[in-house]
Amino acid sequence: MNAPVIAARHLSKRFGDVLAVDDISFSVARRSVCALLGGNGAGKTTTLSMLLGLLAPSSGQISVLGEDIQRHRYRVLGRMNFSSPYVDLPQRLTVTENLSVYGHLYGLRGVRARVRELAAELDITAFLDRRYGTLSAGQRTRVALAKAMLNRPEVLLLDEPTASLDPDSADRIRGYLLDYQRNAGATVLLASHNMPEVERVCDDVIMLRSGRLVDRGTPAQLLARYGRRTLEEVFLDIARQQDGHGDAAGMPS
Amino acid sequence: MKPPAERLFSLQRVGAMVLRYLYLLRASWPRALELVYWPTMQLVLWGFISRFLATNSSWVAQASGVLLAAVLLWDVLFRGQLGVSLAFFEEMYSRNLGHLFVSPLRPYELVSALLVISLIRTLIGVGGAALLAIPLYNYSIFGLGLPLVAFFANLLVMGWWIGLLVAGLVLRYGLGAESLAWVAVFAVAPLSGIYYPISVLPDWLQPVAWALPSSHVFEGMRALIFHHRLDMQMLAAAAGLNLLYLSLGVTVFLAVFRRARRSGLLLHIGE
Repeated sequence: MNAPVIAARHLSKRFGDVLAVDDISFSVARRSVCALLGGNGAGKTTTLSMLLGLLAPSSGQISVLGEDIQRHRYRVLGRMNFSSPYVDLPQRLTVTENLSVYGHLYGLRGVRARVRELAAELDITAFLDRRYGTLSAGQRTRVALAKAMLNRPEVLLLDEPTASLDPDSADRIRGYLLDYQRNAGATVLLASHNMPEVERVCDDVIMLRSGRLVDRGTPAQLLARYGRRTLEEVFLDIARQQDGHGDAAGMPS
Repeated sequence: MKPPAERLFSLQRVGAMVLRYLYLLRASWPRALELVYWPTMQLVLWGFISRFLATNSSWVAQASGVLLAAVLLWDVLFRGQLGVSLAFFEEMYSRNLGHLFVSPLRPYELVSALLVISLIRTLIGVGGAALLAIPLYNYSIFGLGLPLVAFFANLLVMGWWIGLLVAGLVLRYGLGAESLAWVAVFAVAPLSGIYYPISVLPDWLQPVAWALPSSHVFEGMRALIFHHRLDMQMLAAAAGLNLLYLSLGVTVFLAVFRRARRSGLLLHIGE
């Protein structure tokens, strides 16, 4: 039995009058690549933040790697990592300095060697000595990904992992992530708007709309269920459904 | 033995954060210059005032170093507070809190790093000014001897808890409240008896002044300079009050931090 690495049960988050996440339950299997898909305000980033313990849920439970994330997050934080274009690194520090600081925060031994190794893998060697604040958006995305890979995480949570990357760089990064996931046996949960990316790398897709989980399946299952040729068409079908109507079949309980 | 990430307190993580702030100082010469600029300017100004008053005030004439000692020690408090507040603001400016707190870094380890960097910044800033006073005004605060360590430690700790309270307020209300960092400590300046005895204050205000550790330190400093007597009672009172207020400062900061986790501020806070 492949026990879930991430399990969310009846998860809700309310900000004042706004219910950002509304009673969602899902699990992510070990060694899978799962996507959280949804339009703006669907609750993807809020869900990721709760899974990381950065945001306390209003109700519900989360377990990651078998630990209750609200009570014992420090037991698993060293085995997870995260990257998002919406969370920055210190601008005035060089890339090497930033990665070294985080390497020490994750308790790595041989921080310098690990930084050099990641720099080669993610093609950031050329700007290791440049300040993070002087990098282009695409370069920052790669550096943030390097930070996320420092501790060789078992669970990787990625918010828009290829945002701002040109198609060539994005393709290389997807290949890198897939190689890592297969070789390390890692579990990846990513939030994305990039449908071709999701079709290429994910074997499980969770569709969110207005904070609710409205459908789930493999990309092939979703395409068949909606009678569409691309996930983008499925995404549009779901995004344009009215709340409370037409939730697709197959939603997990 | 627990893996490093699970340890309740890790010197490596505290060291990583101290390294982060040292990198920042190294990267920005205006920041490094600012550390020594204000203490030096204060020293120069009060040095000339002391020279003038030494010949025009019998009180200062008894011990011409009293004003210079006061201004240097006051800067320990001010720099100590800024060292905590400004270092924390750097995380908010750079929108880095989200990354920090998905790492194994504990909030109290961040607090520890803020205190360490505050000590380093204070030693650089005030230490430079203190050394400059020797050739400029022929005054060495190091002449106070071992009690200077006690005065320094008490004022630094007072700077720490004020800094943590300010950082907590800014985390709660956003960087719009940032100016508190520059003004908060001056709210206690008139009550601290930096340049005059507490007995100068109105009777009703004196109990408020005695509730501040700084008042005990500056009275103790004057007792030492004028009467060559170390008032252990004053030092003990300052240390006791500091212990109480530092506990309060840390508690408030961590409580605000927990609240930020509920409200999502750790992800969204910025300029």
